[in-house]
Amino acid sequence: MRYLCLVYADEATLNAMPQDEVDALIDETMATNEELAGSGQLVLAEALEQVDAATTVRVRDRRLSATDGPFAETREQLGGFLLVEARDLNEAIRIAGRIPAARVGSVEVRPVIDLRRERSAP
Amino acid sequence: MSGAADDPRARIERLYRSESRPVLATLIRLLGDFDLAEEALQDAFTAAVAQWPRDGLPANPRAWLVSTGRFKAIDRLRRRARFDAALGELAARLDDQVPDPADQDDETLGDDRLRLIFTCCHPALPPDAQVAMTLREVCGLTTEEVARAFLSRAPTVAQRIVRAKARIREDAIPYEVPPPDELADRLAAVLRVVYLVFTEGYAPATGESVVRADLAAEAIRLGRLLAELLPDEPEVLGLLALMLLTDARRAARATADGRLVLLADQDRSRWDRDGIAEGTALLRRAVAAEPVGPYTLQAAIAATHARAASAEATDWDRIVGLYDLLARADPSPVVELNRAVAVAMRDGPAAGLALVDDLLGRGQLAGYHLAHAARADLLRRLGRPGEARAAYRRALALAGQEPERRFLQARLAELGTGPDGGG
Repeated sequence: MRYLCLVYADEATLNAMPQDEVDALIDETMATNEELAGSGQLVLAEALEQVDAATTVRVRDRRLSATDGPFAETREQLGGFLLVEARDLNEAIRIAGRIPAARVGSVEVRPVIDLRRERSAP
Repeated sequence: MSGAADDPRARIERLYRSESRPVLATLIRLLGDFDLAEEALQDAFTAAVAQWPRDGLPANPRAWLVSTGRFKAIDRLRRRARFDAALGELAARLDDQVPDPADQDDETLGDDRLRLIFTCCHPALPPDAQVAMTLREVCGLTTEEVARAFLSRAPTVAQRIVRAKARIREDAIPYEVPPPDELADRLAAVLRVVYLVFTEGYAPATGESVVRADLAAEAIRLGRLLAELLPDEPEVLGLLALMLLTDARRAARATADGRLVLLADQDRSRWDRDGIAEGTALLRRAVAAEPVGPYTLQAAIAATHARAASAEATDWDRIVGLYDLLARADPSPVVELNRAVAVAMRDGPAAGLALVDDLLGRGQLAGYHLAHAARADLLRRLGRPGEARAAYRRALALAGQEPERRFLQARLAELGTGPDGGG
């Protein structure tokens, strides 16, 4: 089974962190990703630019619109993600618990579904 | 998945099914932590996938997996020590602690499986966590499979497991087979979990089907494992006998379209004779091992049914006697209800009805659908259709399982639409 681990953190907290702590967090994140890749559990991991670099796209009546944001009201913002391969939800949770940013923010674990299987008719 | 017998990946896949649980059980002992052991298990199988197709299968795959898993865990901790110095100390401690696990005998490894079972069923954990932990860690079911089997949500089950593991760590619950003075109580807790899994499989409380064969099969597998590891414990044998004798009736318990068939109406030629023979042999061993406990008594009742060519030819006197013993060994209103039904078979429905009414009169089992269904059946047999209808309706209002509901509705329909009687 594949699970997406969505890593959320408060950008204000991250921005206020001393650089040596940020460096340590980055080092540890890269080491963890390497370890997960080594045990065959990592499909893909990426960190994201902060939300002020985000653009939201919509198509309505065949017209594409692009707007800044989202500038969500929530305290924590999506800062990165890991797509992992795990035997079950508890294994995915265990992996999520090893993501260093989980100590700063939070990780949402979502099972990935196969859209073809979700379709009701062939 | 390719099924070729000599395909190394298929062989590793099969080995994972047979070896991952024993290997995990030993790794938990060697590493002292569930999560660390699960990571080590994962690493060991990843290494196996990389090496075995190239180098061939090791002579003792289980020992290889344990050694490799342990080595990889220590290695992993050393690497993580860069970020957390305490892990380096842990790695050093683990490294010089243990003899090479490959040298350990089968008995030690068997004990590890018992340690795991007793830890998963530790009384400090809530009952639903005990069930989830046992099915996931001992049987190897995924969290999602446990959730499906118990009709709950995977995140709910996952949280139960996370909390249980935190509890085991924080309370420092020892990874051990309980000492002799605690064994009886702790074993009772283990057997309760196994039986709960079995009953949920054999007679699910809610839902669409009469049986969830997978859960019943898992419970029987657990029962066999316990009987192999604790061959002298009478109730371990008694519980396995009970499950086998009950499960032997599975094919006759529902029609092809999922309707429930009562014991009296079952086609006994569809009972599994091998299961009955094995269960009966185990029952004999359980009775000989003494003392005779509640599971053994229930197995003896099931064996008495299994011996009879028909409901009428059943030795009801013996069954009533066994229920008397059971009511003393493990008093409960449900046992009394079953005894009342057996008395009705021996002495006629009026005698049974008096006992059921007495039970309900004491305010016990008023919310239990089977008490009202039994009462309805006795009234029907006594030719009191109005009261029978009322009792069936009450049973129907309380029943959660679809096939049982359909059965009760069918019985109601057979009784026609006359006025309901009192009671």
